Amino acid sequence: MQLLRTFLLRLATTAVTLFGVAVIVFFVIRVVPGNPIAMMLPPGATEADVAQLTALYGLDKSIPQQFLIWGAGVLQGDFGASITSRQPVLDLVLGRLPATLELSVMALVIAVALGGFMALTGTRLRGSKTEAAIDVGNGVALSVPDFLWGLVLILLFGVLVPVFHISGRVTPSLELPFSTNFYLFESVLRLRFDLWADIVGHMFMPALALAIPLAAIIGQLLKQSLKETMNLDYVTLARTKGYGENHVILSEALPNAILPTLTLVGVQFTFLIGGTVIIERLFSYEGLGNMAIDAVINRDLPLIQGIVILFAVIFTAVNLAVDLCYAALNPRLRHA
Amino acid sequence: MSFLSIRNLSAALKGRPEDRILRNVSLNVAAGEVRGLVGESGAGKSMIGKAILGTLPLSVEITGGQIILDGTDLLTLPPAQRRTRIGQICALIPQDPLTALNPSRRIGPQITNRLVDILHWSRADAEKRARDLLAEVHIPDPDRVMRSYPHELSGGMRQRILIASAFAAEPKLIVADEPTTALDVTVQKQILKLIAEMQARHGTAILFVTHDLGVVSKVCQSLSVLYAGKVLEDTTVRDFFAAPGHAYSRALLAATPKYTDPDGSLTPVPDAVIAATRAEVADADRMTHV
Repeated sequence: MQLLRTFLLRLATTAVTLFGVAVIVFFVIRVVPGNPIAMMLPPGATEADVAQLTALYGLDKSIPQQFLIWGAGVLQGDFGASITSRQPVLDLVLGRLPATLELSVMALVIAVALGGFMALTGTRLRGSKTEAAIDVGNGVALSVPDFLWGLVLILLFGVLVPVFHISGRVTPSLELPFSTNFYLFESVLRLRFDLWADIVGHMFMPALALAIPLAAIIGQLLKQSLKETMNLDYVTLARTKGYGENHVILSEALPNAILPTLTLVGVQFTFLIGGTVIIERLFSYEGLGNMAIDAVINRDLPLIQGIVILFAVIFTAVNLAVDLCYAALNPRLRHA
Repeated sequence: MSFLSIRNLSAALKGRPEDRILRNVSLNVAAGEVRGLVGESGAGKSMIGKAILGTLPLSVEITGGQIILDGTDLLTLPPAQRRTRIGQICALIPQDPLTALNPSRRIGPQITNRLVDILHWSRADAEKRARDLLAEVHIPDPDRVMRSYPHELSGGMRQRILIASAFAAEPKLIVADEPTTALDVTVQKQILKLIAEMQARHGTAILFVTHDLGVVSKVCQSLSVLYAGKVLEDTTVRDFFAAPGHAYSRALLAATPKYTDPDGSLTPVPDAVIAATRAEVADADRMTHV
């Protein structure tokens, strides 16, 4: 009941947020210098050509007028057509979304596994040299941003020891039987593990590059809160009951220590999704981020709007999911 | 034969043997005996309890001595075996009931987990046992309480639950680490009475760590007085309150506020007595080093 109310309330605030995002993006990309018409016409086009094309795309109207026309379309599920490719923005964006979602989720899984392992190992071996080494490793991982990790990984595993593919989402010569764009997911469903291996071979490095800084943050924060939790009385009490160190860490301390980390992962996951823009470019990965950069270069206004709105939807959805998880894991919130 | 026999137990900060925390502590607790462990803060009384239960902080290490529990020296056992043994025959009643229950777990499993995981009872037996014990510590509607989370219960309730949990596995020895200090005065009395009542019914030996001589006079048969990690006096409660043997004990007793004389001023332990006690501890240190 409480969860449902939280959910509905958040849905309402989400609508307001999205409206705000739409307004800001719409106006900003029209105010900044550069326009799509100039990008489309060859040098030496006449004034009349420019005026005609401007009118064709409705860019001669005032910005608020344009916003109303676009907004009315959006409410009916029509995000307009891309100026460069003339295809509906919605189709383009939804076509690329699976690639970015799969990449982000894979990065998140790697980050949680890596960070969780570091934190638990560091806690189990607290006071030892291993713990010190983990702290140093976390510090290094944190001080290098994801796109530099991407370059490092390309050099290491793409050039020096070429074990992974450095570009694209899948080897282009392969015959793809997929009916959706969730290649990774569908390859498992169709039991095509040959394709799965090829897709993972392409995704692994960009996902790892995105994951490393987040893994370090998770490792550091979770280790810190485990350390505090391990000194609490109920953990001591569990020890006197005869439980070993592993049990004490995993089932007494972890469920409580994980709460602050969970909130942070939610916030950081949105940053990670933001990081896909550069990383996808770096690895020529055909996702939303790569498309966003092209759209900005071409001043493809409707496409930019569509992509930004979609990113905003993803961000708010992630935050909502985190809040719901938090309420589900913390009995004090659930019953309050 | 004592059930618990601590012999010449010494402990110090790790890597700094000159920072001594326990100084050749020896004390015995017979089966079914309640022994008080008194001293001011920092005297090391909690450390003795922690040394027995194996929950000393990482920064403290035992530098010598024996902790013989039921005929076995705990300090010679490998860690895993030692832990299991303690879980089987010892229990802890912790100081602060507000932090001693896991906030993300229901009460029921927190009482039954030792019975099921360590002592290999069936879940049904363990739950029945938990229910019976909650009734024994005068908790109304045990079934509802077992389904509750700690934050839904009061401090007094939680301490009752922790007492029930400590007695659940019929331990031979309970370490009660200032179990009433964190409670308010009216609840303190009830909890003290409850511990005494449970102890009498189950015949459990208790090592009762406290700084409150009033508490000692109510629940203990014998006591050890600690100062700076050294046992100054080891005597029965009757003898202690009739004629304390050590000057520090006499001063400590004189410093206890009297309910019968509410207007009397508070007398701290005189500086001269503290200085003399410190000198005695330092002397003893020199003797052991020679």
